[in-house]
Amino acid sequence: MSKLSYFGETHRLLRDTVSRFVEREVLPHIDDWEEAESFPRELYLKAGAAGLLGIGYPEALGGSEGDIFQKLVFTEEIMRAGSGGLTAGLGSLDIALPPIVHFGSDELKQRVVPAVLRGEKIAALAITEPNAGSDVAGIQTRAVKEGDFYRVNGAKTFITSGCRADFYTVAVRTGDKGYGGVSLLMIEKDTPGFTVSKKLKKMGWWASDTAELSFQDCMVPVENLIGVENQGFVAIMNNFQNERLSLALMANGTSQLALEACLEYVQDRKAFGKPLSGFQVTRHKLADMATQLEASKEFTYRVAAKMDNGESVIKEVSMAKNFATDVSDKLTYEAVQLFGGMGYMRESLVERLYRDNRILSIGGGTREIMNEIISKQLGF
Amino acid sequence: MKILVAVKRVIDYNVKARVKADNSDVDLTNVKMAINPFCEIAVEEAVRLKEKGVASEIVAVSIGPKACQEQIRTALALGADRGIQIETEASPNSLSVAKLLKAVVDEEKPDLVLLGKQSIDSDNNQTGQMLAALAGYPQGTFASEVNVEDGSAKVTREIDGGLQTVELKLPAIVTTDLRLNEPRYASLPNIMKAKRKPLAVKTPAELGVEISSTLTTVKVEPPAERQGGIKVGSVEELVEKLKNEAKVI
Ligand SMILES: Cc1cc2nc3c(=O)[nH]c(=O)nc-3n(C[C@H](O)[C@H](O)[C@H](O)COP(=O)(O)OP(=O)(O)OC[C@H]3O[C@@H](n4cnc5c(N)ncnc54)[C@H](O)[C@@H]3O)c2cc1C
Repeated sequence: MSKLSYFGETHRLLRDTVSRFVEREVLPHIDDWEEAESFPRELYLKAGAAGLLGIGYPEALGGSEGDIFQKLVFTEEIMRAGSGGLTAGLGSLDIALPPIVHFGSDELKQRVVPAVLRGEKIAALAITEPNAGSDVAGIQTRAVKEGDFYRVNGAKTFITSGCRADFYTVAVRTGDKGYGGVSLLMIEKDTPGFTVSKKLKKMGWWASDTAELSFQDCMVPVENLIGVENQGFVAIMNNFQNERLSLALMANGTSQLALEACLEYVQDRKAFGKPLSGFQVTRHKLADMATQLEASKEFTYRVAAKMDNGESVIKEVSMAKNFATDVSDKLTYEAVQLFGGMGYMRESLVERLYRDNRILSIGGGTREIMNEIISKQLGF
Repeated sequence: MKILVAVKRVIDYNVKARVKADNSDVDLTNVKMAINPFCEIAVEEAVRLKEKGVASEIVAVSIGPKACQEQIRTALALGADRGIQIETEASPNSLSVAKLLKAVVDEEKPDLVLLGKQSIDSDNNQTGQMLAALAGYPQGTFASEVNVEDGSAKVTREIDGGLQTVELKLPAIVTTDLRLNEPRYASLPNIMKAKRKPLAVKTPAELGVEISSTLTTVKVEPPAERQGGIKVGSVEELVEKLKNEAKVI
């Protein structure tokens, strides 16, 4: 391993494991799963058994600890299956569990985390509502304390793994207006008053289920409160750092696959008597694409290294997400263009990459919200 | 019971191998390398025997440049207990490899030696057999099932036309076929543990073996490109073409 590398022996072995997992368990089926708009629950169990879901979690909860680059290797290799939906669906635990791990009671942690890391249970994060997305502090789902229970009323939407999760980390309003009145509750699937109201049809991310949830006089035991009442907002914001890094990685992974597909296609496809790579304009376009991706990858790695070092990267991780998604917007667009009509066909990977990519600058905080954060950090 | 497993570093089976421009060899620059799949099956079998309580120690050995320590680490992450690298920059032929392994067998005195039936790079399928001859041990090759009990190994072999079961008195040599098992994934906790397992480095000289070459590679060429296929209209036409054009029936 080079001295300049962020990766060591452990990362190499882990990369081998994940890439083998993708090759054996995912690639033979992914096209079918995409069309079926779902992947088998069994895949969580297989990933859990191979120790892939526990990367970065405490050993006491069934995880294997580890540094940020181990998680990064996992995300990069899972993305090589060519399905953002699979990465998002299999990875929904990584946005749902951290608040429980960091702020939950011991009893709650033990009840939820180990089973999810084993792949026996699925976890989802439910913040977004029909009337509050970017404006997280504006959520309206109410939780009113009545004795040993919270009575929850409201709705959530666009929730990844929302249809089949067992545990939901749900943002609710327990106090006054604004961010100071937000709490997090862990709500279980079979709680009376909780229903999955709709499975949503989407542009991309087909392999992951995305749901609308409804809470009508849903009675949640008070011991399911994650952390302290009315202090949920900070937990949500902390959680966003990792999600944004992971979305930047997904963007880079998307770009990588798009570029690789193009490099192959331009050598095979002929026009006007020569392969597309015979046109200088094509070669220069590929050179630009490769340059942008390289810059994005290095920047993202750098931000990951800072995070690993315990530095606050609120600004940088927002920049990395925007940079990476700008690059993936461009590269997926160019990839479809280079493929011509074939790029528009479902049998081409670039067609799926183009659709899957679109969410990356929206989810986990939109491009505009990232810029709000960055400009605040610049002193405005 | 001690098991010695041989592992070889080869080009990853997913990589489309390219031949060097001068036809001297396969081009390995910047190519992903991996543990030979048959060797991986051998490691898995050893680990299963240990999990069953049959084996107590697994030693993984690889012959090659420093980089082959990567494959030893993989074996350690899969469950082997310690590793031995025999360092050489030469690419020894099967007989030299068998002689080196024989020297390790003399030192380690394993009850069972597990090897892949062949490596996917040179496809020779002879190292295990040569080692058995040099060590004077019985051999069970192309194993699709291995049962070890009371000082002997029952090995089911995949042979043309069926299965054959042989019983070998230990110590013995077994080479693995594809269907013996499906290797596990090295999990992160096991990868971390592997980092702390011992890995000894030896040289052929220390083992008293001289690597000699009796073989020169004259030329390496890629296989002929596959021709496009055709669609036939009926079974009759298919049979006719198989008979008269392809001349295979
Ligand atoms: C496939 C998918 C999966 C998802 N998974 C989850 C999940 O698992 N859990 C979850 O809680 N949520 C999830 N989401 C929701 C996602 O986080 C939100 O869609 C996202 O935060 C944006 O919120 P919104 O859709 O309400 O857009 P809005 O907030 O309505 O924004 C609309 C537009 O206005 C812009 N805008 C908003 N505020 C400002 C401002 N201050 N300045 C300038 N422009 C602004 C936005 O950038 C955007 O362009 C998912 C979404 C999708 C599509």
